[in-house]
Amino acid sequence: MIRFDNVSKAYPKQNRPALRDVSLEVERGEFVFLVGSSGSGKSTFLRLVLREERASQGQVHVLGKDLARVSNWKVPQIRRQLGTVFQDFRLLPNKTVAENVAFAQEVIGKSRGEIRKSVPQVLDLVGLGGKEDRMPGELSGGEQQRVAIARAFVNRPKLLICDEPTGNLDPQTSVGIMKLLDRINRTGTTVVMATHDQNIVDQMRKRVIELEQGRLVRDQARGVYGYQH
Amino acid sequence: MRAQFVLSEIGVGLRRNLTMTFAVVVSVALSLALFGGSLLMSDQVNTMKGYWYDKVNVSIFLCNKSDAESDPNCAKGAVTDDQKGQIKSDLEKMTVIDSVTYESQDEAYKHYKEQFGDSPLASSLTPDQMQESYRIKLKDPEKYQVIATAFNGRDGVQSVQDQKGLLDNLFELLEGMNVAALAVMALMLIVALMLIVNTVRVSAFSRRRETGIMRLVGASGFYIQAPFIMEAAVAGLIGGMLACGFLLVGRYFLIDHGLALSEKLTLISFIGWDAVLTKLPLILATSLLMPALAAFFALRKYLKV
Repeated sequence: MIRFDNVSKAYPKQNRPALRDVSLEVERGEFVFLVGSSGSGKSTFLRLVLREERASQGQVHVLGKDLARVSNWKVPQIRRQLGTVFQDFRLLPNKTVAENVAFAQEVIGKSRGEIRKSVPQVLDLVGLGGKEDRMPGELSGGEQQRVAIARAFVNRPKLLICDEPTGNLDPQTSVGIMKLLDRINRTGTTVVMATHDQNIVDQMRKRVIELEQGRLVRDQARGVYGYQH
Repeated sequence: MRAQFVLSEIGVGLRRNLTMTFAVVVSVALSLALFGGSLLMSDQVNTMKGYWYDKVNVSIFLCNKSDAESDPNCAKGAVTDDQKGQIKSDLEKMTVIDSVTYESQDEAYKHYKEQFGDSPLASSLTPDQMQESYRIKLKDPEKYQVIATAFNGRDGVQSVQDQKGLLDNLFELLEGMNVAALAVMALMLIVALMLIVNTVRVSAFSRRRETGIMRLVGASGFYIQAPFIMEAAVAGLIGGMLACGFLLVGRYFLIDHGLALSEKLTLISFIGWDAVLTKLPLILATSLLMPALAAFFALRKYLKV
């Protein structure tokens, strides 16, 4: 799914590189937590996977493709096979819940018939059945994140990337979201999630990858959040 | 790609920033109207040239009694029949000449009255104050010099006049005005293009949230750019249609009705409706493509894909 070979990334005009010689591999079906303090390189890692940035050194492989070799106009095709969920939900404020989810299908050219079938299905899956016509502004944070997850999942991607999805949510709602992500993982979707949330990581006991100042310092199956140096 | 999705976005986008859309439409309309206008002016000048070069002739004016008193060319007196005969036979021998017509003083007087009958001078003129002349039609109007060198300074010849030379001055003036119009058009075009670039920039910025999400969700670059480019193209097309309207109305009011120049200036043959109509597709095509291209390049700079 994801393979990093000695990847380094330095942003221009910055002294410290964001990532330093990171090598790791994520297999299909895994659930991986990406932890580390702010500035450790978590977001950079995810941006490299999404091809928002290019590695300064080393190779990044996603879904079997070397991202450095992929031409710019082929990048959208790769992104269609990924699902993304963000801390700030990133919903379109002027569209309803159903339209927001349908958006992900419209842009890849799915027919209206297909969309009409799959959107309610995925909204049921995330627990928002019946809320198709609500606007994002009318929903709670947890509900909005569920819409975002529905949008990320509607095209049944192989890989789901989550950048601090519970960052804006209270602990109880966070648990609900994590259960949803776990359910999605069990359908076979690989999930990589960057997070600060100690409780969740400790509870779920999945693989934990820890970054510190751009370096990979811990890669532990069934790990906990706590720093164990 | 869904056509309906894109079309609805275009409408929203244009309405969102109505003032800028309006500015783009007007500047495109004006610059293309000027463009069409100068094209038509060229056509007009060519038509006039075609019409008039056929009709102009080289005139050899012969000395009359008053010339003999005042003009140094006629120092040897008014033209004699011998001299006239000589001139005529020489003219008939020249191969560059198509035809020669002789205009007597009476005929000249009659023509003068027809053209300038109202002027105060006309009433005091008499036929023998007019000049006799030979009107020469050349096979090639450019060969005026041949006649001039052959007959200038000859006894009895007051002057050799090339009507084409007079017309040339007029045409040069008109063409000069045309160039000026084109210069103004070029400036307006630059203004229009810059307006389009700016409009696209503002539009892209205000929609960065949507385009960002589209990008993350895997929409192709083309799909993301299409609404902006089509907005520019639609605004341009509206401007182009306005420009066509200006040209059609212009011809109507300048030439047919309104100022009705075709009635007042009967000497000039005006370009027909077909000349105007053939320009319209060119203008419409330009009004569509030029903004689209400008938008495309603006997006390359201001929209991350």
